[in-house]
Amino acid sequence: MDKADPLGVLTGSHYLDGDEACAEGALAAGVRFLAGYPITPSTEVAERCAARFPFMGGTFIQMEDELGSMAAVVAGVWGGSKCLSVTSGPGFSLMMENIGLGIMMETPLVVVNVQRGGPSTGLPTMPGQADMMQARWGSHGDYEVIAVAPNSPQEAFDLTIEAFNLSERFRTPVFVMLDECVGHMTEKVIIPSADEIEIEPRYMYTGDPKEYLPYKVNGNKNNIPPMLHAGQGARFHTTGLTHDERGYPDMTPACQAVLVNRLVDKIRKRDDIVLLEEDGIEGADVIVLSYGISTRVSYGGIRIARERGVKVGHISMKIVWPFPEKRIRELMDSVKGFLTVEMNLGQISLEVERIVAGQCKTVLCGHAGGTVHDPKVIAKAIEELAK
Amino acid sequence: MKFWRKPLDLDDQQVSRGDVHILRERCKGCGYCVEFCPEQVLKLDHAFNKKGYHPPVKLEEKDCVMCKLCEMICPDFAIFITEKEKVAAEVNHG
Amino acid sequence: MSDTAVTPVPVKEDTTPHPMEEWLRMDRIPHIWCPTCGLGIVVTALVEALKKTEFDPDLLTVVSGIGCTGRVAGYIKLDSFHTTHGRAIPFATGLKLSNPKLKVVVVSGDGDLTGIGGNHFIHAARRNIDITVVCVNNFIYAMTGGQVAPTTPNPAVTSTTPYGAFEPPFNLANLAEACGATYVSRWTALHVRRMVESMTRALMKPGFSFVEVIAPCSTLYARRNRLGSGLDLMKFYHDNAIIKNGCPTPEVGIDFQKPFIVGDFVDKERPTWHDRMRAQMTASLGDKFIPKEGPSICTNCE
Repeated sequence: MDKADPLGVLTGSHYLDGDEACAEGALAAGVRFLAGYPITPSTEVAERCAARFPFMGGTFIQMEDELGSMAAVVAGVWGGSKCLSVTSGPGFSLMMENIGLGIMMETPLVVVNVQRGGPSTGLPTMPGQADMMQARWGSHGDYEVIAVAPNSPQEAFDLTIEAFNLSERFRTPVFVMLDECVGHMTEKVIIPSADEIEIEPRYMYTGDPKEYLPYKVNGNKNNIPPMLHAGQGARFHTTGLTHDERGYPDMTPACQAVLVNRLVDKIRKRDDIVLLEEDGIEGADVIVLSYGISTRVSYGGIRIARERGVKVGHISMKIVWPFPEKRIRELMDSVKGFLTVEMNLGQISLEVERIVAGQCKTVLCGHAGGTVHDPKVIAKAIEELAK
Repeated sequence: MKFWRKPLDLDDQQVSRGDVHILRERCKGCGYCVEFCPEQVLKLDHAFNKKGYHPPVKLEEKDCVMCKLCEMICPDFAIFITEKEKVAAEVNHG
Repeated sequence: MSDTAVTPVPVKEDTTPHPMEEWLRMDRIPHIWCPTCGLGIVVTALVEALKKTEFDPDLLTVVSGIGCTGRVAGYIKLDSFHTTHGRAIPFATGLKLSNPKLKVVVVSGDGDLTGIGGNHFIHAARRNIDITVVCVNNFIYAMTGGQVAPTTPNPAVTSTTPYGAFEPPFNLANLAEACGATYVSRWTALHVRRMVESMTRALMKPGFSFVEVIAPCSTLYARRNRLGSGLDLMKFYHDNAIIKNGCPTPEVGIDFQKPFIVGDFVDKERPTWHDRMRAQMTASLGDKFIPKEGPSICTNCE
């Protein structure tokens, strides 16, 4: 692992909101190119980067739309930089096309979605968590994604760095799924010194550029091929079409099977892309699953339920995709049920349902968005489930 | 070439003659080289290539002057010219 | 075909490589384009122009979108990117901003660049991003089977205008100039030498350079409109293209099968996006401004 570039690390103790902390995380991770488009409530991420970049050799461009932003960000990576884009629901929908391109070309980058009420224009200034399935399935075709969900400005800083590390480790776009509440909530954020921040280096090809095959996996343990950027003498080709090891289009079922299976398997066939915070799981009758701001509210609901004598545990997901299947399977025989707390009408709860497959109860504590849960409502749902 | 008097540096002037390389199997018979050669040095062959197109052939009695228009205008990279020799410029005068 | 006596030179196996071969991905030749398609000519002209610029080939990148012209990136042996429909220009913008040392060329079709890609086209020209855009205009969406394009003259028949196109087409040269392009020219696939000269100038010129190349599409445009083959279209260009360098671009609109104007239309000076950005940052921040000169992450490159 490399250390962070001090030029981008604002070491110290700060009061930042989630958006600002996310921007600082990106800068600490080494981002030096951001192409974005303003959209509430994510705009502050881009604004902070625009303000900070000129002091560290970074470039910001406000593109004409999110379609162009995402294209520019994918290209920025191939030009040889660490890149970021930021948006909210409506922009996320527009970015899906080139997120697909990023996935197909195996481009390490991060997209931040500060979720708001949807669908369509929805509630621009109010929180939601209803883009979680879109993060997973938003672009067309078969693919896997990695998505993190910070529940505080401190986590917005830490998990953005982790998102970049995951993107480099698996050569794929990674999503930071904030929500408007965490995004606009100001809390203490401690930014360590640069040498305490670990950065996953980009997996680069080190052989003769003339022999370079852009998509040949050389036994890398993460099943990814080594990368080269434009301008390094490889004169390679890459395309969004189904391609072979040389990066040339090879539109045959055989090539599709090799390529798309590898793109999916490099994430699906692992069970270690997991980051959870657990509390009170031992002996619990009910387990609450939550992510993002819903985790913070769930602490309140769980405290109320415990005061009333319910044995309730809590799993707070920092990495939401890939969904922590293995952990759910380990627990589903020993609990009465899982309660998923999310600000939507059932998205991650569907994953729980799918995995549990009736082995125990799975209940959603959700709503259409626009505000956080009332802890008392969560407590009541926990008690109901525990009966 | 007709001039009203003999140019003073005529003996120093040379013109190129080209060797026409035709990659018959690459040709798709578009006819651009035949149509636009300024010296009309090419004609479409009566015979087919393997893909069923009529590639060009160079007429033996014609001289290619190495203008390379065919090389540039061929959409299939199927014809190019290399220098065969330089010959003295011929001029009619008087 | 030939009726006069032909004395062909005996055909022998020709082992001399074609001069284009070092610039092409020879493992993908023959290309997929139709017989008489003008795209092979554009590839040759672009390569000739790139040779004349003497840029370091390792720093050259070609970006294309989707469509027949979109396949150009796949055949040229440089760092090349075949991206999504309409997004070649923002992709090129991202490459250039990430590593300003790269020389980025966009080669894409009229539909890709000015239909779905229209928004990106006008803004990149407005910003004067330092890229060269070669727009191959065949007046149709060929790859998908010959649908109407923003450039289709009236009343041409296409698969989505079976009774004749009626929407007014773009005058691309005018559009490019109006949006701020510093170099605008239009040639046809027939005018190879002038196209090479023009592309060379476009490549050497900083800022957003736009070269429109009118090219024959025999399988869709010519066939659907009963215009013959590509050769007939090339003969049409020969007889109807009027060279007028410096012609004001509002006057160069193209009508269906009528004489049309080609030439070098616009060549003016304007600071590029990078010039303006750096000037503004320096004015506001002085010495504290650190410009992005190249890639920010590299383990092998200088």
